[in-house]
Amino acid sequence: MKLIAAMSGGVDSAVAAARAVEEGHDVIGVHLALSSNPQKYRSGARGCCTIEDSHDARRAADVIGIPFYIWDMADEFHAGVVENFMSEYKAGRTPNPCLRCNEKIKFAAVLDRAKAMGFDGVITGHYARTRDTEAGKTLHRAVDPLKDQSYVLAVLNREQISGALFPLGDTEKVDIRLEAERRGLAVAQKPDSHDICFVPSGDNAGWLRERMGSEDGPIVDQDGKQIGTHKGAYTYTIGQRKGLGITIPTSDGSPRFVLKIEPVSNTVVVGAREELAVTSMKGERAIWCGPNIAPGDHRGYVQVRAHGAALACTYRFDGTHLVADLDQPLLGLATGQAMVIYEGDRVVGSATICETAA
Amino acid sequence: MSIYLDHAATTPMIEPAIDAMQRALRKIGNPSSLHTDGRATRKDVEEAREVIAQSLGCQASEVIFTGSGTEANNSAIKGLFWSTPDKNLIVVSAIEHHAVLDPAHWLVEHEGAELIEIPVTDSGVIDCAFLRDLVIRRGGEIALISVMSANNETGVIQPISTVVEIAGSIPVHTDAVQSFMKVPLNFANLGLFAMTISAHKVGGPLGIGALILRKAFEMPALLHGGGQEREIRSGTLNAPSIVAFAAAVSANTYNGEAVEKLREKFESGISTVAPHARVNGQSSKRLPGISNITFPGTQADFLLLLMDGKKVSCSTGAACTAGVHRPSHVLMAMGHDEIGATSSLRFSLGANTTEEDIEYTLSVIPEVIEMAKAANSL
Repeated sequence: MKLIAAMSGGVDSAVAAARAVEEGHDVIGVHLALSSNPQKYRSGARGCCTIEDSHDARRAADVIGIPFYIWDMADEFHAGVVENFMSEYKAGRTPNPCLRCNEKIKFAAVLDRAKAMGFDGVITGHYARTRDTEAGKTLHRAVDPLKDQSYVLAVLNREQISGALFPLGDTEKVDIRLEAERRGLAVAQKPDSHDICFVPSGDNAGWLRERMGSEDGPIVDQDGKQIGTHKGAYTYTIGQRKGLGITIPTSDGSPRFVLKIEPVSNTVVVGAREELAVTSMKGERAIWCGPNIAPGDHRGYVQVRAHGAALACTYRFDGTHLVADLDQPLLGLATGQAMVIYEGDRVVGSATICETAA
Repeated sequence: MSIYLDHAATTPMIEPAIDAMQRALRKIGNPSSLHTDGRATRKDVEEAREVIAQSLGCQASEVIFTGSGTEANNSAIKGLFWSTPDKNLIVVSAIEHHAVLDPAHWLVEHEGAELIEIPVTDSGVIDCAFLRDLVIRRGGEIALISVMSANNETGVIQPISTVVEIAGSIPVHTDAVQSFMKVPLNFANLGLFAMTISAHKVGGPLGIGALILRKAFEMPALLHGGGQEREIRSGTLNAPSIVAFAAAVSANTYNGEAVEKLREKFESGISTVAPHARVNGQSSKRLPGISNITFPGTQADFLLLLMDGKKVSCSTGAACTAGVHRPSHVLMAMGHDEIGATSSLRFSLGANTTEEDIEYTLSVIPEVIEMAKAANSL
């Protein structure tokens, strides 16, 4: 097949491209420049948008022996990912920009252009697997549970999955590094990226405050009584305990947690830990990574964070919303997070959480 | 098989230059040393200097070897500016190479200089009336004027003798990196103060250029040290590259008429296979080998990827440090909007380009355009 390898400059995408070449595919490497001012978004070489990263990607392509190009996706990335990140926080939700980037950039902008230019698909260094079934290609967890990235890929629809290749899903990360060494790739020991690539410090709240300003507002308890002042509601996260700056203790001395963020009134509601418990969630913008789900209740697992636990649940699609009822309550769940449904290791689909219930 | 149509970026070294360089690499002797070996190398360098001087109509002592065309341009812009401390205005054309534009902007930021860019017409030629008016109004403030001899992206030849005539006593520099050995150039007859040339555009090696600087003209050095090259450019002379540079000049086989004929074939072919394409600067006098073409509805980096996939090497023009393609400031100055300026490719033909190269390139263009359009519409 003729394939485009999305090369971030990290070890994973380099090995993924090398494996595809070894399998006999006709591969070209493309590095996505995601910032019009590359040094702006990250100062270290750990992400995917610095000059150093584009250099590392180029050197990896040289070693593998494939053509290499840089595509300017800065405008698409800013509009589709960075601005969305800000507007979601502004609306009191907690977005995951990596999912958004996969959905809007890597497997939309890149895959579509690749197909228009006569390529069959896109290779990435994500840790996930696909399987060819009678119902088409399906998406599955990677064998390395610590690295599994199927959660951030659950925004891909069937067509996108059919054009995606994840050559690393069957291998543990530690072996990928060894393989990179063996292949002579200089990025073998490059540290993994963990934070959001455009928030270099890892300080999301500070980053948001810098760009969106901060308007002080009340922190109230569940009775609506003000017990503190916050520095911009959008910089808080549901379930957050630290950094609230509340000096009035609770009657029993127990800690308070953020229960709710009300962007319109710029209010943060806090309360006891047990108030965070959620037993049911509802999601909008449902996407099926494989066959559409049949009407009625199904048993499966729901995951709400990239490296969170898979929680046993009963789920259904009511024609508009994806609903999951948990067997055991979950503490702290924010709207805007993605709910991803699994059946065993297969990713059924995902939706963006818009409502939770105790 | 690969079709190389990027000769304006760099062109292959010619055999006599490779031979001369190999011989020189085997010799010992620093040209600045006083013993027999040093003198022998010095002799090679000075003979090379004379060859280059003769090809340009300047005196040998006016040839100052540099490490690149970029270095020569930087030396000229900064040196000419600093040599007239009572004048603060720099005038350059809007379509200069970054090796001229960036030192000029640097002087604005770090030395408080004022910079005025001469606009160009939509056919890519500088606006002489603008320059004339500027010199009449503010001639006494101008430290230097720099206008390239021919543009590197479009090949459009600039009216240097008119610029010199307008300038009067104001020093004029021209970046002749693209036009050297392509069209007749005579330093003395043009009345220039300074000129930049580079070896690797004329069949010589990479990493050697020259600043041609009027004999009696003193200017501050950028590199200090051993005092070589009129104390303007210290550093051990790169004898093998200098010798190869001269060999490339004296054995030059570039046939402008033949190259221009091939370009005509290419451009008339383009009008058939891509009727919506436009040749930038087509109505102007151009260097024989450069053809800059806008393909509406496409994006240059997709075009390049697809052409490269068909084994044709051409160029998108400028890229930033990270390698991201940027809209061409040259095409923007000629009136293109940002979209037009990012949907153009430069094809540059060289001494060894053949009819078959042109025919093959034309044969792949329709499919490339179609795919690039499809990708760009997403």
